[in-house]
Amino acid sequence: MNKDILANIIDNDIKKVDAYNIRENGKSVAWKNNPYINIIPKKDGQGIDVYVKENTLFGIVDIPVIITDSGLKEVVYNDFYIGKNANIIIVSGCGIHNNGKHESIHDGIHRFFLEENSKVKYIEKHYGDGTGKKKFNPITEINMQKGSSMIMETSQIKGVDNTIRITKATLLDDTTLTINEKLLTNSNQSAKTDFEINLDGYNASCHVTSRSVATDNSYQEFKSNIVGNNKSFAHVACDAIIKDKASVKAIPEIYANDIDANLIHEAAIGKIAGAQLIKLMSLGLTSSEAEETIIKGFLK
Amino acid sequence: MLELIDVSLKRDNKEILDKINLKLDEEKFYVITGPNGSGKSSLAKIIMGIEKPTEGKIIFNGIDITDKSITERSKLGISFAFQQPVNFKGLTVYDLLEIAIDKEITKKEACDILSKVGMCALNYIDREVNTTLSGGELKRIEIATVIAKNPKLAIFDEPEAGIDLWSFQNLISVFKQLEKDNKGITLVISHQEKILNIADQIILLENGKIKKIGSKNVMLDIILKKESCCKEVNICE
Ligand SMILES: Nc1ncnc2c1ncn2[C@@H]1O[C@H](COP(=O)(O)OP(=O)(O)OP(=O)(O)O)[C@@H](O)[C@H]1O
Ligand SMILES: [Mg+2]
Repeated sequence: MNKDILANIIDNDIKKVDAYNIRENGKSVAWKNNPYINIIPKKDGQGIDVYVKENTLFGIVDIPVIITDSGLKEVVYNDFYIGKNANIIIVSGCGIHNNGKHESIHDGIHRFFLEENSKVKYIEKHYGDGTGKKKFNPITEINMQKGSSMIMETSQIKGVDNTIRITKATLLDDTTLTINEKLLTNSNQSAKTDFEINLDGYNASCHVTSRSVATDNSYQEFKSNIVGNNKSFAHVACDAIIKDKASVKAIPEIYANDIDANLIHEAAIGKIAGAQLIKLMSLGLTSSEAEETIIKGFLK
Repeated sequence: MLELIDVSLKRDNKEILDKINLKLDEEKFYVITGPNGSGKSSLAKIIMGIEKPTEGKIIFNGIDITDKSITERSKLGISFAFQQPVNFKGLTVYDLLEIAIDKEITKKEACDILSKVGMCALNYIDREVNTTLSGGELKRIEIATVIAKNPKLAIFDEPEAGIDLWSFQNLISVFKQLEKDNKGITLVISHQEKILNIADQIILLENGKIKKIGSKNVMLDIILKKESCCKEVNICE
């Protein structure tokens, strides 16, 4: 197993978590279950079903994916069934090392089914290294029953040539979905992200925060479509810093279908504010140190 | 010593600063005052290196700093608290203080600096320096970053703006202490009589020119008289 790549996508100690499944080059290479968390491989081998029992408290599951065979292309289906009142952290992530001529692609399709009052924190990191082409196209589908809440944190800092990320969610009564996205693209990379969130339930709320930095010739697109079909709340903030010849496009769409839907979209794209650079320089940093500090903080 | 020789700043054919000549000595407290738009902030920015003078020279402790960058001036011990504090998405109060001090600091050290500007530090140290902080809080943090540097020349641009009365008194004692500890120059831009009152020297700026410099006693008379006279003048006449 490639430990270096693993360390880049998983922050915790995998040996200590409650359950895990490591997929390397298209196969499960190590796994562990516990009485509350059951990971079952799909029949065709292209993914897993994760069952979290009702009332599970503070469970942690790691499901990293590693690809080192140049040219591997896979579509993986992972389904998560989170029982009533369960509280769980799922650490996902995919690292591709590709030094070959062929492009490596991982398309992860993740479906979450949150039962009543369950809580999920889902962390997903993308990592890529090597000279060969690397692509990720994650699709995340989130179904939230009454009273459930989910935090989704995604990050992709350089290393990935192309990404199209699609996230769809349906929220019923009293649910909260929080999404934090961090993205940095460089050279000729492109990254698109697309959120489609339906606030169907009474008191459904979502908070989407996207912070991204686009440098060199890279291109980013941020698209979000939030529909408020009930008394609901949404706050979407898309903040992007551009440098060099990079470009960023933000396409906000909010659609209120109910008189009590309160939907806010903020988008700001621009270079690093001159005043920020000046302030840090007046504290003693050089202009490039100042820039680095601002970007690092922004994506922290 | 800081010396400005014939410093001018022109923008859009407008003389924002016009041949400023000024000498500031160590262990002295200077206050620049004058009407809005008279060029006070511009003068401070020129000293910090944020604006380049169109003409003139700036000498700091024997070194010609006219062409030196902001960073170089900072390293020479010049520090500037902005009139309008800057927001940072992602940088915390602690981060800024650590950058200011230029070495790793403990939370305790960061707290000590914050308490100098009257902030109950633990509540703030991990907050992001963004607009969720109140105007007065941002202003105090801005002042704290300058205090943290122990500068040889500390410039504060309207530090009292937005700061409540109780803290204002403390701020004045912090300025005095800073000047004593660092044996440096303190230069404060202010409209406040209370700050004018602790000045060794007051510099009155008008229309980009130094109208008059002098000791507090002489200057306060002139300035306060002027204020009362001007209240009766119709601005549109
Ligand atoms: N970059 C610039 N371009 C054009 N005009 C400028 C520029 N910067 C400042 N000014 C003008 O120069 C004048 C002096 O501005 P400055 O900010 O120095 O005034 P100030 O004395 O600090 O005023 P206040 O008391 O309101 O803070 C003002 O008329 C301002 O509009
Ligand atoms: Mg000013």
